[in-house]
Amino acid sequence: MSTLARKKGFWPTVWDYLTTVDHKKIAILYLIAGGLFFVIGGIEALLMRIQLAIPENDFVSAGTFNELMTMHGTTMIFLAATPLLFAYMNAVVPLQIGARDVAFPFLNSLGFWLFFFGGVFLNLSWFLGGAPDAGWTAYASVALNSPGHGVDFYILGLQISGLGTLISGINFLVTIINMRAPGMTYMRMPLFTWTTFVASGLILFAFPPLTVGIALLMFDRLFGGNFFNPALGGNTIIYEHIFWIFGHPEVYILVLPAFGIFSEIIPTFARKRLFGYTSMVFATVLIGFLGFMVWAHHMFTTGLGPIANAIFAVATMTIGVPTGIKVFNWLFTMWGGSIRFTTPMLYAVGFIPSFVMGGVTGVMLAAAPADYQYHDTYFVVAHFHYVIVGGVVFAILAAAHYWWPKMFGKMLNETLGKITFVLFFIGFHLTFFIQHFLGLMGMPRRVFTFLSGQGFDTGNLISTIGAVLMGIAVVVLLINVVVTSVKGEKVGADPWEDGRSLEWAVASPPPEYNFKQTPLVRGLDPLWIEKMEGKKGLTPAEPLSDIHMPNSSILPFIISIGLFIAAFGLMYHNDYSWGVPVAIIGFIITFGTMFLRSIIDDHGYHIHKEDLLKDDNGGVQA
Amino acid sequence: MVSENSRNPKVDLAFRRKKNAEEMKHQVVSFALMIFLTIVAFITVGYDGIDEWLKVPFIVLLACIQVIFQLYYFMHMNHKGHEGPQFFIWSGIFVTFLTVLAFMTIVWW
Repeated sequence: MSTLARKKGFWPTVWDYLTTVDHKKIAILYLIAGGLFFVIGGIEALLMRIQLAIPENDFVSAGTFNELMTMHGTTMIFLAATPLLFAYMNAVVPLQIGARDVAFPFLNSLGFWLFFFGGVFLNLSWFLGGAPDAGWTAYASVALNSPGHGVDFYILGLQISGLGTLISGINFLVTIINMRAPGMTYMRMPLFTWTTFVASGLILFAFPPLTVGIALLMFDRLFGGNFFNPALGGNTIIYEHIFWIFGHPEVYILVLPAFGIFSEIIPTFARKRLFGYTSMVFATVLIGFLGFMVWAHHMFTTGLGPIANAIFAVATMTIGVPTGIKVFNWLFTMWGGSIRFTTPMLYAVGFIPSFVMGGVTGVMLAAAPADYQYHDTYFVVAHFHYVIVGGVVFAILAAAHYWWPKMFGKMLNETLGKITFVLFFIGFHLTFFIQHFLGLMGMPRRVFTFLSGQGFDTGNLISTIGAVLMGIAVVVLLINVVVTSVKGEKVGADPWEDGRSLEWAVASPPPEYNFKQTPLVRGLDPLWIEKMEGKKGLTPAEPLSDIHMPNSSILPFIISIGLFIAAFGLMYHNDYSWGVPVAIIGFIITFGTMFLRSIIDDHGYHIHKEDLLKDDNGGVQA
Repeated sequence: MVSENSRNPKVDLAFRRKKNAEEMKHQVVSFALMIFLTIVAFITVGYDGIDEWLKVPFIVLLACIQVIFQLYYFMHMNHKGHEGPQFFIWSGIFVTFLTVLAFMTIVWW
């Protein structure tokens, strides 16, 4: 079976995507699902901004505002930013290291479907009696007193999608350690691969605490536990520690791949080798380590005492050093380069000052005594949106334009892309810059309204106008996607013409086997080296031979559906008698399918040498 | 290792024998040390002259040394090609240690 024997049509395509284990198709699934949740989270943000546009507004009720705020944070972190980054990791990392797929294609698919059903479960809460309303952190003291099933949706949904994220993280670790092409040493890996590697390591160590934390919360809420109930000897502060032991590394899980994306874009369009490659790698690893030593800076005001606060304050400020190294390296990469201001490059240039501002307010917040003033004000909201939007979302949008031709074979329209950038950039600063001052003036975060005459009116109105601009920018991007899909022209392997890493050496979109012959990597930026020597393609590391491919499978989808069903059973088991049986049925589906997977031998198939010779596209061709 | 060598009959047998003998020596030495450490641990618990507060950290220290012997000599982590697992094991120990340390020192009850 090769590409030639594929059926076309709507339902065959759907079936193809439901069963696919191909990293490039899973990347597209991540992009679609992550994009959908990004839009949902964005709509929730806009509703909140409309509520806060004028004082004493009653556009939404206080309860609904809490739900919007909780779901905005949860959706954007777990269901939008992480999966969108996974989309690019899936699309690009195997190509960048010269591999034919990830190490465990089946698990890759399972990771996606677990994330997807977890996300769907969480969002169904809107239609089944109210969304979670305890904040994206779900602090135990708030979560345990939240009536209804909202927080249960949060607990069970995140448990399922967290499994998916953990599985995907482990998959990337194994892929990057084991599947690199000959010559691709660690110190020749592109920076996006490096940051993916470190971020996956962080996932490996950070997600188990989250799983434990929300599992304990689940026992407290659904099964009569009292881990966090002080009245019965529990301790609510422990939840905060466990959450932030996860929560702070999570910030780096998001921002390190973003750094990686910009470290790919800047050398490409400055047409210069990345400045200080070794120090970039060192800084990435160092940030990963330091990320685990700073979590208590989220808890300065809980009463840890001056010594603990001082230790965590100093540790937090230390992170500024490797991050500063990175910022200067990006600047020095651009310095003296022959820069092309394409859409991705505009995002990269806009990212540096925006992210540095977020970093500076981060150092301000890290000063524990000052934090007593900033805590729980809009200053904090402004800070983390500068870091996450100015860093991660800019990177996601930049990567969308940068790798779109590689993923879909068509260039996004540059004019529309630049309009998106200008609208989003202006809208972003309009929304969040003023929030620093609202915070310093004393406006608390997570409140659904404010009184007039306190000096908050104009600032909030400006903020809302900015949010609308960001919304328009996203609509322009979606129009761009539709226009490109309908009208766009097919592009070749290296549409930006200055590609440096291996992904630009294969056709766009790449054939299912990626590389006809595994390439030989002769240094950092392998494609650039070959180009400089006047070669058209990469040097192959092996003779042309049959390629072993994994079979598609529907089992990951069914395993995930089982957990989705079981989650409903667990949630309603105190209310209805069908709860326990439904949970059992769900688990039987999941574990039964896992059992089937274990006993059925599936050896995959081969693409034969003769078919490869007939297939002129792809392989090691520029 | 075995499969790699079984493919090649011309492998330097003398060298391998020397290598194996050396490894055996290491294993015997570390085994003897481990038994000795275990005896020390028993004596520590049995001896009344030492304070409880000293006994517990001392035995935990002995246990850590035993785990390192186990991993490096008996599970061959000292061989080449184990850098990846070593890195992740030590990172995991580091993260766990930090967490436990923080919980023991700054979480108020």
